[in-house]
Amino acid sequence: MISVTHYVALSFLLFAIGVTGVLIRRNLLTVLMSIELILNAANLNLIAFSRQLGDLNGQLFTVFVITLAAGEAAIGLAIIISLYRLKNSVNLDAVSELKG
Amino acid sequence: MNAASILPWIPVFPLIGFLVNGFLYLVSHSKLGGKDAPKGPHGHGDDHASGHAAETHDTHGAGGHGEHHEIPFSAVHAVIGPAATILSCLVAFAAIFLWWGETRGHEAVVATMWTWLPLGSNPTWFGGKALVVDAAFRLDALSALMLAFVTFVGALIHVYSVGYMGHDPGFGRYFSYLNLFMFSMLTLVLGAGLPILFVGWEGVGLCSYLLIGFYWEKDFAADAGKKAFVVNRIGDFGFVLGIFGCFALFGTTDFGSMFAMAAADPAKYAAGGMLTAVCVALFVGACGKSAQIPLYVWLPDAMAGPTPVSALIHAATMVTAGVYMVARCNVFYRVSHEWAMKTLGEGATVWGLLTHDASFVVAVVGGATALFAATMGLTQTDIKKVLAYSTVSQLGYMFLGCGALAFSAGMFHVFTHAWFKACLFLGSGSVIHALGGEQDMTKMGGLRKLIPHTFVTMFIATLAIAGVPGLAGFFSKDAILAETWGAGYKVLWALAVLTAGITAFYMFRLIRMTFYGTFRGTPEQLRHVHESPASMTGPLWILAAGAVFVGYLGIPKFLLGEENFFERFLEPVIPALAAGWRPEVHEMTHATEFILMGSSVLVALLGIFLAVAFYSGSYPFALPERVASSLGGFYRLVRDKYRIDELYEAVFVNGLVKKGGRLLWEIDARVLDLIPNGSSSLTVGLSRVSSWFDRTFVDGAVNGVAATLETAWRGMRRVQSGRTQNYALTMAAGVFGFVCLYLLLR
Repeated sequence: MISVTHYVALSFLLFAIGVTGVLIRRNLLTVLMSIELILNAANLNLIAFSRQLGDLNGQLFTVFVITLAAGEAAIGLAIIISLYRLKNSVNLDAVSELKG
Repeated sequence: MNAASILPWIPVFPLIGFLVNGFLYLVSHSKLGGKDAPKGPHGHGDDHASGHAAETHDTHGAGGHGEHHEIPFSAVHAVIGPAATILSCLVAFAAIFLWWGETRGHEAVVATMWTWLPLGSNPTWFGGKALVVDAAFRLDALSALMLAFVTFVGALIHVYSVGYMGHDPGFGRYFSYLNLFMFSMLTLVLGAGLPILFVGWEGVGLCSYLLIGFYWEKDFAADAGKKAFVVNRIGDFGFVLGIFGCFALFGTTDFGSMFAMAAADPAKYAAGGMLTAVCVALFVGACGKSAQIPLYVWLPDAMAGPTPVSALIHAATMVTAGVYMVARCNVFYRVSHEWAMKTLGEGATVWGLLTHDASFVVAVVGGATALFAATMGLTQTDIKKVLAYSTVSQLGYMFLGCGALAFSAGMFHVFTHAWFKACLFLGSGSVIHALGGEQDMTKMGGLRKLIPHTFVTMFIATLAIAGVPGLAGFFSKDAILAETWGAGYKVLWALAVLTAGITAFYMFRLIRMTFYGTFRGTPEQLRHVHESPASMTGPLWILAAGAVFVGYLGIPKFLLGEENFFERFLEPVIPALAAGWRPEVHEMTHATEFILMGSSVLVALLGIFLAVAFYSGSYPFALPERVASSLGGFYRLVRDKYRIDELYEAVFVNGLVKKGGRLLWEIDARVLDLIPNGSSSLTVGLSRVSSWFDRTFVDGAVNGVAATLETAWRGMRRVQSGRTQNYALTMAAGVFGFVCLYLLLR
């Protein structure tokens, strides 16, 4: 029997992988994908508890989050394309104009 | 209605005329850039069908002819200009009439309009005397005389100008200036005190400048205007000093009060030569305005203006203002003379008189100018220049009369001179008009039959100025000569008689060269010679009639046995001085007077005879040229006007203005600049100290704060790496930290 603990554990793993990807990867595309992982970790959490508690609100939220993630991906990709045009690179280290 | 109530209206009409004419002129010319448009020649119009280039230095009709341009508002100007003066003339005569009825000519009528300069008193000014100057007009015998002929001759010349200037594009400008002149001249004549007189004095000076430079697009006209203005300023400086002197002496500048005070207590005011100094200062002003040595140089050049202007301003009215002013202040000059007599005693030398007696200075300057100018008139070939020197010479006569304390004789000559000299100038204008702008007498001749009205009127006026018995000039000139002899100035008398002969000579030379012999100009000119229109010959005839008859106002006593009317008329303005200050009356025997008169007539006739003998035949220059060549250098000196202009140029313009300017510059740079330089050094020193304080303490505080902040936060700037992931790491670490903290503390 798969309990809610398993889901939460998986969710934690996904979250950890996502955060690690955001923090250590230099490629913007990878970073963007890592963010998707973080979001999906949250989704998994929501659905797990929704099922456990028999409350559909959690699933409702998940739909919102997926929608939001789609928008976020679209905007993120647009930014990446602009950045590529500007810098001829999608490496995050190349963008440090706000250095103090 | 009384005289005082209409007195202020007399100058108002010309003022209105000036404003209306000036306004219309500006309106009609503003869109044309202020120029005398239509641009181009100011021809005489239709009567000269073909163009001939009259490029003498003439002013009238220079440039081509035959182009007739419509002058905007010309009909309006032609009506308003003369009408303003004629109205003023009528009111003036009404005022004189009323004044005569009210006082029989014995007293002055004063019309005070408003308080002009209520300067009050100040203990530091002239010992606390209050200076209050009223804008007031005064009508007495002297101003009535001036008023009468200024307005009448002025009106005639305005009418003449309609014909003479009719085709000039500056028609409206001309009439507005001429009206402004009349306004100023009437203010001058009517002023009840020296400041008001001075306002008119400067006003006529301005109009003179404007009208001499009327053809301002020609350099010589513009230069002549400037010359007149500058020379007159020199005189005005003296005049202003005289006014200040009057105020310092009397505490007022009103004629009535000043003269009453001086006449009542001459000893007080004459003491120490104060009044003499004032008189001389005033006379310097008169020298400028009335073109006496050494300030006469502007008047011959003033002929660059239109001829009616020469007649009105530079012959009949404005230039006599100096004589008028001296005659007005006759009390001062008489007191000065008596004071000199008392101080010097019997053994008075010429030098003593020159330094003590202001009236003697006037007489000497007048007599010298009369002779000096007359000799210059002998050699001129420009018809207007001859008349200009003649005017200077006649003004000298007037001053000679005033200097001999014969103020009524001097004023009588002012009066008669206005008629015949205006007639001569207008006649010369008519000649110039007829010849299309020719002014050189060597290119004239034989005009007698062609322009008969001009000839006859000019001939009459010439007889009058030459002193032929029975005409106006004879009586006035004779009065001056007799008074000069009577005053004991025998040398001056001899000079004046010589001048009379020279005057007769050069005037008949003018007549012979212009009207007799054969015509020496171009055939083109001869074909177009024409008599002037009635608006020009009319005034000529009226002035000629005046030149004949006005002399009968002043027939000397010994001829008729009656009192001289003119002298009696002016008696009220020549008040008696206090007892002990009256000059002894020098009665001359009738025989002496007859001999004096006979000698002046003889000299005049001799001058006429010589002129006719010299300038006759078909080529009238043979004899004069022989005489001229035998005189050689002296003749050239006279012809070049004694090179006085060159002398002034060398001494004053180049010497004083340019070299003196250099000297002043040196003084300025080396001495005067010590003050600003010293103060600037002091300022620099002080500002060094202040800047040191500023840098050390003020800047130290500000910079200290900045330095502290900089060191403190230098390390912190490393945190802001600009890398997104660093920020994200910090954020994640923070969240991790908080979660750990939460779990631990729960």
